[in-house]
Amino acid sequence: MNVALKVEQLSAAYRKTLVLEDVQFEVEKGSLTGIVGPNGAGKSTLIKSILNLHPPVIGKVSFFGEPLKNVKRRISYVPQRGSVDWDFPTNALDVVLMGLYGQIGWFRRPSRKHRMLALEALEKMGMTEYADRQINQLSGGQQQRVFLARALVQNADIYFMDEPLAGVDATTEKKIMETLNELKKQGKTVLVVHHDLQTVEDYFDHVLLLNRTVIAHGKTEEIFHEQNIERAYGGKLHIFRRGEENVLTLQ
Amino acid sequence: MEANCIFFEGVRKMSLLFSSNLQWVMFSTMILGIAAGAIGCLSYFRRQNLLSDALAHAALPGVVVAFLLIGEKNMLVLIAGAAGSALVGAFFIQWITTSSRIKEDTAMGMILSIFYGAGIMLLTVANRTAGGNQSGLDTFIFGQAASMVRHDVITMAVLALVVIAIVTLAYKEWKIFLFDPEFANGIGLSIKGMNILYTLLLVTTIVIGIQAVGVILMAAMMIIPAVSSRYWTQNFGRMLILSSLFGGLSGVFGTLISALGKGWPTGPFVILVSACFFLFSLFFGKEKGLLVVYWKRKGQWKKLRTASPDVTPLMTKGVK
Amino acid sequence: MTYTLWILLTASLVGVTCGLVGVFLILRQMAMMADAISHTVLLGIVLAFLITRELQGMHMLIGALLAGLLTAFLVQWLHSLDVQLDASMGIVFTTLFAIGVILISTSVGNAHLDVQHALMGEITFIPWEKTTLPILGEIPKATAMLGFVLFIILFMIILLYKEWKITTFDPLLAASLGIPVLLLHYIFMGMVSLTTVASFDAVGAIMVVAMLITPAASSYLWTDRLPVMLILSPLFGVMSAFLGYFIAAWIDTSISGSMAFATGIIFLISFLFSPKHGLIMKSRQTEQLET
Repeated sequence: MNVALKVEQLSAAYRKTLVLEDVQFEVEKGSLTGIVGPNGAGKSTLIKSILNLHPPVIGKVSFFGEPLKNVKRRISYVPQRGSVDWDFPTNALDVVLMGLYGQIGWFRRPSRKHRMLALEALEKMGMTEYADRQINQLSGGQQQRVFLARALVQNADIYFMDEPLAGVDATTEKKIMETLNELKKQGKTVLVVHHDLQTVEDYFDHVLLLNRTVIAHGKTEEIFHEQNIERAYGGKLHIFRRGEENVLTLQ
Repeated sequence: MEANCIFFEGVRKMSLLFSSNLQWVMFSTMILGIAAGAIGCLSYFRRQNLLSDALAHAALPGVVVAFLLIGEKNMLVLIAGAAGSALVGAFFIQWITTSSRIKEDTAMGMILSIFYGAGIMLLTVANRTAGGNQSGLDTFIFGQAASMVRHDVITMAVLALVVIAIVTLAYKEWKIFLFDPEFANGIGLSIKGMNILYTLLLVTTIVIGIQAVGVILMAAMMIIPAVSSRYWTQNFGRMLILSSLFGGLSGVFGTLISALGKGWPTGPFVILVSACFFLFSLFFGKEKGLLVVYWKRKGQWKKLRTASPDVTPLMTKGVK
Repeated sequence: MTYTLWILLTASLVGVTCGLVGVFLILRQMAMMADAISHTVLLGIVLAFLITRELQGMHMLIGALLAGLLTAFLVQWLHSLDVQLDASMGIVFTTLFAIGVILISTSVGNAHLDVQHALMGEITFIPWEKTTLPILGEIPKATAMLGFVLFIILFMIILLYKEWKITTFDPLLAASLGIPVLLLHYIFMGMVSLTTVASFDAVGAIMVVAMLITPAASSYLWTDRLPVMLILSPLFGVMSAFLGYFIAAWIDTSISGSMAFATGIIFLISFLFSPKHGLIMKSRQTEQLET
């Protein structure tokens, strides 16, 4: 089973507008895919529709050949940072522990083993000393690392992340990408909604160019070129090359 | 004639109170306070503090309808009527908010007043048809803990215990549901299910409470202890415990104080006691209490001063 | 003027005044503040009564105004201390209301009856308490008070129209332009307090909330333009008053309750059938989308 995710004819709407139209693609196991597109392209909605958090109007999605409900334990979702209640009284360790709630089950308390797993995940993200810190006292980058740790602790087979690198400092960005590559080496599949075109080539081996529908999808080196990018951004983007480097400008 | 009746009523109640009846009343308001304090914590993080006020008012038509159908004041039936009506209200608020541009506060205000208005319409009709029996209805609506009979207290206590049990048992589910519902959904927790459960618990608490402290004051029980507990801890579990504690204590002391006077209603005194707890927490609370923050800041200011004496006072102003 | 006509006129005045204030109330998302103030004016009235020992119109107005402003001030204060806005409202209004009830029951008389009256009003008594005004002759006190308040409200809305507009839609921009956003907030709360207490005698506290919020919400579903809302909302208020009166006469029940209920009927109709935002229209559009 080499196909981790298969999306067929996916369409999704918000109020009266169609935000995703006839999206179709297959993701290889063990790939690290970046989902890019202009604002309003439907990138977040795509992930939410795939995970049925935002019910699609139409479409079929399968994970490793199975429907969503059979594989929930093998999926990990890192939502955008903005969707959380920062006022909530909880510390970093607690947040990571929440990743295990699915496994702990109803009415049971987390055990020592679970705490150890959570601490390990924090350590992988370099956040051990912040374990008992209130989350609203952490910086943006630190918060993101905690959410990554929460994803790691789930030990999933496929990871969906919505703009994990948005608004984080350089050290955190490096740490996160290291972690994602680590996951890739372990054979996990990772899909990341990404906001920065400049870094796509460095970070992802596969790319999905999205603007309401799939503009292009495949190996970065094959499909991530000016033509496709300009098509995705609707002609509002021009790419110039300075030597070997791409310099992007928006109109 | 009216005044005399009221006077004797008051005296009669007084003599009742200093019997075991007072203990029963205190017990019921205590347990109500605990349940309200617990649910209040959930409402606080759902940012739905005033929903309990809206739903408490929305319960009125249900009470009257239930009464009209049964013809007598049967506690369990009236509670069921209140709950049904409140749930319908909750449903409408949801429906209006999600399917139109009307915002949640507007929807709450509408349901609150329209349902209550409908309730008053029905109550006026009930007062005419039922005669003397409806005096029981009034206490249900405005709250008179002192006039509850033992049987009623037991019903209330059982329901309150159920509410407390569910909050405690599903503790971590509540935690994640309140903190990060999208992620919770991702790992398989049904957000819809939690929403329904939360609404049921909320309505149950409201409904059993309105006959102790009244429709209008029920909201207070669900807001004030929860907010007070915020000033003592940054841990959700401890918040729940503290909030319940504040709620329970307010119930006990409020009832005691109200027993001192002739025909004094219990509700307002319970609220007053909890407001005192709140003010105390606001100023002296370990976590964010005003005086504590002030002292801490003074300490920092001293440190800053000794470190570099040139630092001007202006630099510490506006620091949160 | 006949008995019925006085009632209808008074109720219509409530509908118009509340309808006007209500538009800004819902646009500023302060609907629950109306609920809060409608409860705390009780304290204001009680204090006014305790101090002056009479239930006169002017004193009630002032007592209510002060109570409303106190409420707004305390809510702002708590909120500035990082308490959630609706929690602040809840704490303030319930405590002030509790104090009001305690005052009534300990010093004035029977808590139940008096609180009940204050909260539910009784418009049927209005035409009996008359006062004499120049030009207009003998008119009911409550009606006169309402007319007076309506005049103030209209004056304030017209005078500060563009300030209301900008502070409602973009308070940050308004502040950056030097407009005193907080002052206007308090002025608005004062207007709500006046409207509330003037309407008390007619429809009682809870029903004032219905009149303040629902016609405005209904008008919000028919138009996107503020001036149109300011016409539709009072109109719906008057319609609710008439509809409510006739329902009450038909079933023989509380007039104020019926009027509150009537606002709900008009809202339901707007909610379902409005061409711009009504549910029926929207479901047709979704069908078109899916085909």
